[in-house]
Amino acid sequence: MDKIPALELKNITKTFGSIVANKDVCLTANKGEILAILGENGSGKTTLMNMISGIYFPDAGQIFINGREVVITSPKDAFDNGVGMIHQHFKLVDVLTAAENIVLGLEGRFNLKTATKEVASIAQKYGFDIDPMKKIYEMSVSEKQTVEIIKVLYRNANILILDEPTAVLTPQESDKLFDVLRRMKEEGKTIIIITHKLHEVLSLSDRVAVLRKGEYICSIKTSEADESILTEAMVGKKISLNIERKEPNNPVDRLVVKDLQCLNREGVHVLQDVSFTARSGEILGIAGIAGSGQRELLEAIAGLQHISSGEITYIDPKTDKHENLRDKTPVQIRQLGVRLSFVPEDRLGMGLVGNMDIVDNMMLRSYGKGKSVFLKRKEPRDLANEIINSLEVVTPSASTAVRKLSGGNVQKVLVGREIASTPTVLMAAYPVRGLDINSSYMIYNLLNQQKANGVAVIFVGEDLDVLVELCDRIMVIGSGRIAGFVDGREATKEQIGLLMTKNVSKPHSEKAEEVTQ
Amino acid sequence: MFEAFLSKFVYVLTSSINNGMPVLFGATGEILTEKSGHLNLGIPGVMAVGGISGVIAAFFYGQVPEMNPILTILLPMLACLLGSLVMGLIYCFLTVTLRANQNVTGLALTTFGIGIGNFFGASIIKITHVDIPSVRIDATSKLFKATLPFASKLGWFGEIFLSYRFLVYLGLIIAFIASFILFRTRLGLHLRAVGENPATADAAGINVNKYKYFATCIGSMIAGLGGFFYCIDKNGWSNDTIEPLGWIAIALVIFAIWKPHMAVVGAILFGLLLNLYDLIPALGLNIKFPQGYDKLFKMIPYIVTIIVLIITSARKKREYQPPSHLGLSYFREDR
Repeated sequence: MDKIPALELKNITKTFGSIVANKDVCLTANKGEILAILGENGSGKTTLMNMISGIYFPDAGQIFINGREVVITSPKDAFDNGVGMIHQHFKLVDVLTAAENIVLGLEGRFNLKTATKEVASIAQKYGFDIDPMKKIYEMSVSEKQTVEIIKVLYRNANILILDEPTAVLTPQESDKLFDVLRRMKEEGKTIIIITHKLHEVLSLSDRVAVLRKGEYICSIKTSEADESILTEAMVGKKISLNIERKEPNNPVDRLVVKDLQCLNREGVHVLQDVSFTARSGEILGIAGIAGSGQRELLEAIAGLQHISSGEITYIDPKTDKHENLRDKTPVQIRQLGVRLSFVPEDRLGMGLVGNMDIVDNMMLRSYGKGKSVFLKRKEPRDLANEIINSLEVVTPSASTAVRKLSGGNVQKVLVGREIASTPTVLMAAYPVRGLDINSSYMIYNLLNQQKANGVAVIFVGEDLDVLVELCDRIMVIGSGRIAGFVDGREATKEQIGLLMTKNVSKPHSEKAEEVTQ
Repeated sequence: MFEAFLSKFVYVLTSSINNGMPVLFGATGEILTEKSGHLNLGIPGVMAVGGISGVIAAFFYGQVPEMNPILTILLPMLACLLGSLVMGLIYCFLTVTLRANQNVTGLALTTFGIGIGNFFGASIIKITHVDIPSVRIDATSKLFKATLPFASKLGWFGEIFLSYRFLVYLGLIIAFIASFILFRTRLGLHLRAVGENPATADAAGINVNKYKYFATCIGSMIAGLGGFFYCIDKNGWSNDTIEPLGWIAIALVIFAIWKPHMAVVGAILFGLLLNLYDLIPALGLNIKFPQGYDKLFKMIPYIVTIIVLIITSARKKREYQPPSHLGLSYFREDR
């Protein structure tokens, strides 16, 4: 097969502040080819594609389309150059119909009837199933995605970029999508697909380009690749971090989760048959591709997520009483000593109020204890100062609005407050996201301290190196199901990486098996 | 018997249409603004400024010994449009360009606009040395109130359809054109997209700020005409009379579920409700209410609006909801 490059990137660099998202990336996508872009979270895949589709503008580097250098400053430029991107978060107007969304932003004569006909003919050509007059808010996720794809095709895009298109699809819908993509490839279109899922890469793509920490690592012909080669390339070798890991001190069961099931608003299982035990004096790591149900799991334990079936039993360390958390309110669960320090994408989203100062944020958790009508700020102020000193929070004073602190310092305040309340179970999700090495270590040490105090720590992490170094046991979760447990002292990253994509490749796998116990 | 009923019905209908018209102008303007995602609570102020600008022009041109009829119509209209355009531009600059809080800006604009109206109203009253605190523009308003001469000869048909001054037809035409543009043209599709999901509109290549500016400024000008219409109706300016109409116009937007053609129906209904108290004797009903009860009647439009709100939120139909990005600023770097 002769290869004509449809898209070429040369030395593309993009930085956000001090963070380098992409560094000197060179990449080629050929005509009639499906190129998969593979990389861990934060490896700069989406940023790179956003530069081709006009959302971001590169700091340096060149983009060539069909051998001609182009400057893409807006999504419109991208369309004009035949580039269309289907974003992970759909860009559709809910109250408009599919056809209206498809013609949105186009110029020329406005005729919805002819547009509807054209949409129908595109749909027929590629085997889509769509009702152009249906409102977006009445559509399922996969229908919405179809609208996005047709929108791009309607604008005569020859290079289609799909950002994790299967993250929200059922396996059947994914297969259908892949059929459509293969048909487009035969039409001579260039498809670039961003994904975490190795089996999709292997079954769909012609070539794989691997990014790691913003840099282009290599590109491999899919026919010459297998899962372990790709995992190796994606995770890479890294300087080993040394995190002190003591043997668990007399671990006893603290939290027993049994057959937990949760549905999201669309009625799709976000958690399915999740069973595990968290023990005191132990760090249980949770590994998995982002959005595999980690958030829902922690929220279910904290009482913030509706549980459709299953049990969460809390064993009180003092009385040895078994309590079912399912029947309790979030406040009651907190009073038992279960603490959630959730660090979502926007760090302030859950747990802290940005416009309030550190002292007042401390009080958010303890206001119920006050007896007087008037606020007593002394105790929370002492706590705030203690956290500032012990965690080296960089802030002008304790009365500075949290919003003004840098991300890492906000996270320290949040984790510090949750720890200060002497928890018995501490759940931390991505507590080091966006933190520099120093702060990350401080958080790891805090978690280790809690472990030494006999707290059952549940740590949701992204960095496999850290998980392997820090955790006593690691639970790997994929698509809301447990893919397996590994011993933190014996497991390798590659082993976890393979487990992370296991459920995804076998959607209806049997019950989770214990790899090492 | 039937004759009597018909004449009463025609009277109630025509006076309701006339009374609802300022509110219709205000609501049409506000719908256009809100469809771009901007909640302009400054509408009462915009209407006051539109009203006083028109009155000022009418007043000074009224001093000219020989008034040209075309200029008598044109000058106050232009002044009114200009005054309300300035108000719209202030609102846009603050909320679109500087991304200030829309509620605060709108309320400030209301206070500001009413102040402007009262100040210049009082100034002109000073000039004329009259005892009653109002500005009279009788000559101008007589011209504005001119109706088709043959309408009265066509019986009830003429009364219902042809007996109005041209501003009434203008208000109705603007409302229907606004509906047509919003729901039948590409321009309207783009505008609705901006108000629903500016990030999507932006990604589709629509100039979000341009649409917001145009919708808000044109909306303000339409609303300003409402204020002027009211002044013409009352033959002049009286302080503090326009503000309540502005709030009713904003209520009418909700009543009309953000559709200008629905606002026409709503405006006639509100016109009826607003003047229900005054209509009681005209209807031949001999009910005496104690003094001050007219204020109770004036509450009815708001109660009706609340009922509509309850019904539409209970129905939970997405088409009945306000634009989803209403009241929120947008800037691209946020995504």
